[in-house]
Amino acid sequence: MMPLLEIRNLHAEVDGRKILNGLDLTVNKGEVHAIMGPNGAGKSTLSYVLAGKPGYEVTAGEAIFNGIDLLGLSPDERAVAGFFLAFQYPLEIPGVATMNFLRSAVNAQRKARGEQELSSPELLKRVREIAKGLDINVDMLKRPLNVGFSGGEKKRNEALQMVLLQPSLCVLDETDSGLDIDALKVVANGVNRLRSVERGMIVITHYQRLLDYIVPDIVHVLSAGRIVRTGGKDLALELEATGYAQYQDVAA
Amino acid sequence: MNAEIHHLKTNAELALAEAFEVAKAALPGDATVAAERTAAFERFALVGLPHRRFESWKYTDLRSLMREAYPLALPPDAAAKQRAKTASRLFAAVAGRRVVVVDGAFCSDLSDLSDLEPGLFIGSMADALATSDSLVASHLSKVGVNDPLFALNTAFVGDGIVVRVPPHTILSRPLHLVFVTTSDRPAAMYTRSLVVVGQGAGLTLIESHEGLTENPYQINTALQLVVEDEAQVEHVKAVTEAATALHVGSLHAAVGARAKFDHFSLVSGGNVVRNQAFLRLVGADTAVGMCGVNLLSGRQHADTCLIIDHAAGCCESRELFKSVLDGQSRSVFQGRISVGPQAQKTDARMMTRALLLSDEAEAYSKPELEIFADDVQCGHGATSGALDQDLKFYLMARGVPAAEAETLLIQAFVGEAIDAIGREDIRAAATDATLAWLGQRR
Repeated sequence: MMPLLEIRNLHAEVDGRKILNGLDLTVNKGEVHAIMGPNGAGKSTLSYVLAGKPGYEVTAGEAIFNGIDLLGLSPDERAVAGFFLAFQYPLEIPGVATMNFLRSAVNAQRKARGEQELSSPELLKRVREIAKGLDINVDMLKRPLNVGFSGGEKKRNEALQMVLLQPSLCVLDETDSGLDIDALKVVANGVNRLRSVERGMIVITHYQRLLDYIVPDIVHVLSAGRIVRTGGKDLALELEATGYAQYQDVAA
Repeated sequence: MNAEIHHLKTNAELALAEAFEVAKAALPGDATVAAERTAAFERFALVGLPHRRFESWKYTDLRSLMREAYPLALPPDAAAKQRAKTASRLFAAVAGRRVVVVDGAFCSDLSDLSDLEPGLFIGSMADALATSDSLVASHLSKVGVNDPLFALNTAFVGDGIVVRVPPHTILSRPLHLVFVTTSDRPAAMYTRSLVVVGQGAGLTLIESHEGLTENPYQINTALQLVVEDEAQVEHVKAVTEAATALHVGSLHAAVGARAKFDHFSLVSGGNVVRNQAFLRLVGADTAVGMCGVNLLSGRQHADTCLIIDHAAGCCESRELFKSVLDGQSRSVFQGRISVGPQAQKTDARMMTRALLLSDEAEAYSKPELEIFADDVQCGHGATSGALDQDLKFYLMARGVPAAEAETLLIQAFVGEAIDAIGREDIRAAATDATLAWLGQRR
């Protein structure tokens, strides 16, 4: 079976600084991978490179997503192809109501796939259902996107978008940062409901805590821009106990 | 010829002097008005067309932007009036009472003057001048601001609209002053309107300026607005002139006590546009808000110049002007908040933001505070920058294509100013105008 995502020898730099140094990673459908590692290991860089953020320059390697060259696509084309990044720091867009943003995203993707656009009532119905499961107040949807939202509200909003857009590969970048334990559970529940044999996930986190709620199949340690160790879910517990110091030594 | 005329040097200035000599006998008004016109032309002639060293026109050098002075427009014929009927589609959904000026002439036959609310007066400025209307005559040059282009307006004014809203009358229907240029030859139009809103009255006033012609033309238009105590006025000005137009618009507003005055201006048309507003708060406890949006492309130049004069205490004023600039366009914002010694407890804030979509566009901002009272809160700010690439990336990461992401962000940028419009139907018209502009950009 073809892997959902196959990253081979990925090198990337930001402002001339090398961050990823030959990263290899294979994610199959149905798998949840956790990527852990010390600060500065390249965790967020990996997520931005996969999403196509300007300024993140790939200097070597490739990422094949569902058989296509992910790195050759523009960010919107990647989203249409089924790639989703849940941002560590979701951006605030004053003047764009959350609901309008959701409508633009859903319908842009449908249009690009040659599907009929969703009518406003139909979209609203779907959004309300998802919002309910994520403990999101629907009044929030009328407010400008993420403006004045708490850290928890922003992350729940990211989860809402993810569930609404039904991507085939979800990358969650430090979804636990800025979340209290109740919000963490709500968001994790939302993510877990998306787990399916057709979908893969990469959960990027610094701490093991999130992995109590989103239990991974495979855990990787990222250090100095490479995967330096891969194991089962117990690896996360081990890391929690021993810390990242030994891997930083490896990198150095 | 007057002795000062020797200050006039450029072709345009000399043509203006000549045009005034030729036209003055035929312009409407009695001997007093004629004397005011001559005095006004002399005030203009002392300085001529403003240029770089003329501070309030520093960034809009009319001496170089206005190479010629076109002859006064001819009165509109039947064909011109027919063309004018298609005007102002932008506000089609607003069921306003339309009062129409074509090529600088008031057209009662195109205006909706039926079933006027009791006491409401709407008439032509030419008639008011010809019949020595005392209210109009007393306002003709009494503005306290010495601006050469306003002086030129006083000298040449041919027509316009006079409106009186009686005290305690709330007009539920907006009043829409429609100014259309259809001239089939290069022409200049000088219009003056006077709108007096009585004590405790309420009015939504739309003022639209557009051109249905490919010929170059010059508009010098002025609106004097008197907002008496406790009156509530919302004034919306839309400049969607043809690409060949030079538009100079002056707003002189005096706002009384416990009143409310809101202004919104939209500029998306015209080659060179100067919107200048001189606002005097003459009574205490009044709130004013002035917002505006400039949508510019190509080589368009739009200059917004505001002088907010707090002459009475306990008033609040807020200004928010936004410009979106594409191509090689230029926007200018000059705003001065002036707080007189009696205007204690003034709360005044002014903000201008420019969004530059092109490396070749230019935005100039010059906010100023001039404060003579000691117990006030005043602030101003100015920003300019490009579209936020991180926000664009966030939208694209959700599947929104680049062009649509930009459109959403630009809409959001101007939306903050448009949201200040009180009436939903006018807000929708301003949003539609923005979408139309964005549509052309793509």
